[in-house]
Amino acid sequence: MLDGRLKEYLTGFAEVVVAIVAGMLIGGLVMVIGGYNPVDAYYQLFVPSLTTGYGLEMTLSFATPIILTALTFAVGVRAGLFNIGAEGQMYMGALGAVIFGAITLPSILYLPLEFIVAAVLGMIWGVIAGILKAYRGVNEVVSTIMLNWIAYWIVESMRVYVIPNPVDASKTVSVPPAGRLPLLVEGTELSAAIIISILVLIFTYFLLWKTAIGYEIRAVGYNPLASRYAGINVRRVALYSFIIGGFTAGIAGFCEVAGRPPSYAITTGLSNLMGLGFDGLTVSLIGYNHPIGILLASIFIGAMKAGSRNMQIYARVPLEMVQTVQGLIIIALSIPGLLRIISRRIGGVR
Amino acid sequence: MNWSMIWQLFVQTLDASTPLLLAATGEIIGESAGIANIGLEGIMLISAFTAVYADSAFASPLLGVLAGLATGLLLGVVHGYISAYMKGNQIITGTGVNLFAAGFVAYSIIAFFHVAGYYTIDLSLTVPKIYGVSPIAISSLVIAVLAYYLLFKTQIGLAIRACGENPEAADSVGVRVELVQTLTSSIAGLLTGLAGAFLSIDWNASITKQMSAGRGFIALATVNFANWNPLLGIAGSFLFGFFWVLGEWIKSIGWLKQLIPVDLFNTIPYLATLVVVAGLIGRSRPPKYVGVPYKRE
Repeated sequence: MLDGRLKEYLTGFAEVVVAIVAGMLIGGLVMVIGGYNPVDAYYQLFVPSLTTGYGLEMTLSFATPIILTALTFAVGVRAGLFNIGAEGQMYMGALGAVIFGAITLPSILYLPLEFIVAAVLGMIWGVIAGILKAYRGVNEVVSTIMLNWIAYWIVESMRVYVIPNPVDASKTVSVPPAGRLPLLVEGTELSAAIIISILVLIFTYFLLWKTAIGYEIRAVGYNPLASRYAGINVRRVALYSFIIGGFTAGIAGFCEVAGRPPSYAITTGLSNLMGLGFDGLTVSLIGYNHPIGILLASIFIGAMKAGSRNMQIYARVPLEMVQTVQGLIIIALSIPGLLRIISRRIGGVR
Repeated sequence: MNWSMIWQLFVQTLDASTPLLLAATGEIIGESAGIANIGLEGIMLISAFTAVYADSAFASPLLGVLAGLATGLLLGVVHGYISAYMKGNQIITGTGVNLFAAGFVAYSIIAFFHVAGYYTIDLSLTVPKIYGVSPIAISSLVIAVLAYYLLFKTQIGLAIRACGENPEAADSVGVRVELVQTLTSSIAGLLTGLAGAFLSIDWNASITKQMSAGRGFIALATVNFANWNPLLGIAGSFLFGFFWVLGEWIKSIGWLKQLIPVDLFNTIPYLATLVVVAGLIGRSRPPKYVGVPYKRE
């Protein structure tokens, strides 16, 4: 049995590698058309961020939030839901944390309160989509995207009108030093947020695979009709899934505000948050929506995000190229048996 | 309120509804044959870019529109081929297209126009208006009516709907399910490409990296609202389009601006869409096999 399972894992891994290679090749073509050197770009994208100490630390710091937003998507998929609302839930979480920059408290209270309010705001944002799905039958793809945009404009108005930074117009107030997670390595952006992120990952793993709620979530995702006949409350399971997902996305927002120097705030147009929710989607899909896969995939995507600055500076390729390649990888990944198709073609040529 | 104001409101609503109606009409045709495409948002965005690019490169709005159409068609073919022939996961392909689009357009604005995030074209390069109304906006209405006729009054329409309702039966009477699905998905792409071109070189005279701003997903909501009927799609897109106009109109009220942050009014179209979709419960019925790859026994 173990052999069969191992083979399954290896095939899965190979499929992902093929999709990544395919995505990167087409991405390279896009760079050539734009007048850039793709070899140079990919070198700058991956080599410094995976082979140097500083690069690895930055890679991990970028993996931190996207592990959490990946969990949002993964818990959704496990329950048969396509929750693409991590983006907005993460915005709301970040808002929940950054608000404390404008509040005076005993210093010991900052971090716990930031964490709780961020997680709860993220959860509320998730649960709206959950209620709409469970009780009004609203397609979660539409509702979560609408909620993402609503969250974007709420946070953006708060940034401008409610909690602007008095000395720097490009961001909100920063959380005070007592409300910041300690850096693990001085001079990098790697903070204790990575520890929180991995703890949440382990917690989610146990929740999904070792508890009754997790069993129900996975059962509904596997076969909703059979689960209903078996007495599982499918609506409640959808709600749980959105609650857990909103929670982890909210924490991602907390990690970005409390754990990333230098701003410890939300910047203009939410530029320091934008895309982290959708990066999580990529991470989850590449990682087969499994916590261990997510951990590995987060390092891959984290490296790309860390390397994107290098790529922009030294290969002069706009850093948006990273998301372009991610999209291509996902398109390639959506083709089942891509590996088989390619190996058959190669075999045919021989 | 006089006639010219009412006319003004109508034209604004028509403009706001056009991208929704075009994408929704395409998606209704696609979903009727069983192919769902949540990548409308991305197709719209990429086509908006290619339309601006061709328009400014050749100083020809016509070529701009053609470039938008061609881009949409290409992406529709790719989505259809992966979905129908390769039995891919349609939701994931569509998501990939959305992610790709967000990156690609932001990248391309920098790579090809050498500006970050925002590029404007001269007003003389926009699609010429007919009596103040966009020809693309008028065509969107005509296309919706034609799509209704095609789907519900012709043999071809019957074959298309059979692919979405009962592909096995369609197959058994000689309908080439995969081919029909790829073609309908291509039409969905084509019309969404026109929607993209409309956004960038007709309604606006610019391209931004967030130009589609959720409209691809509101088009999906419109499909649901319309219960897969293009004529009802006209009503739905006018309703959802009106909320965009309403948001802009409220923003211009002076005393309200003093009370409430103006950015907050940008939530109106999204909020209204959510409320409308939430009120639809049980009213609409999707094609039975939408999103399910057809595999011959």
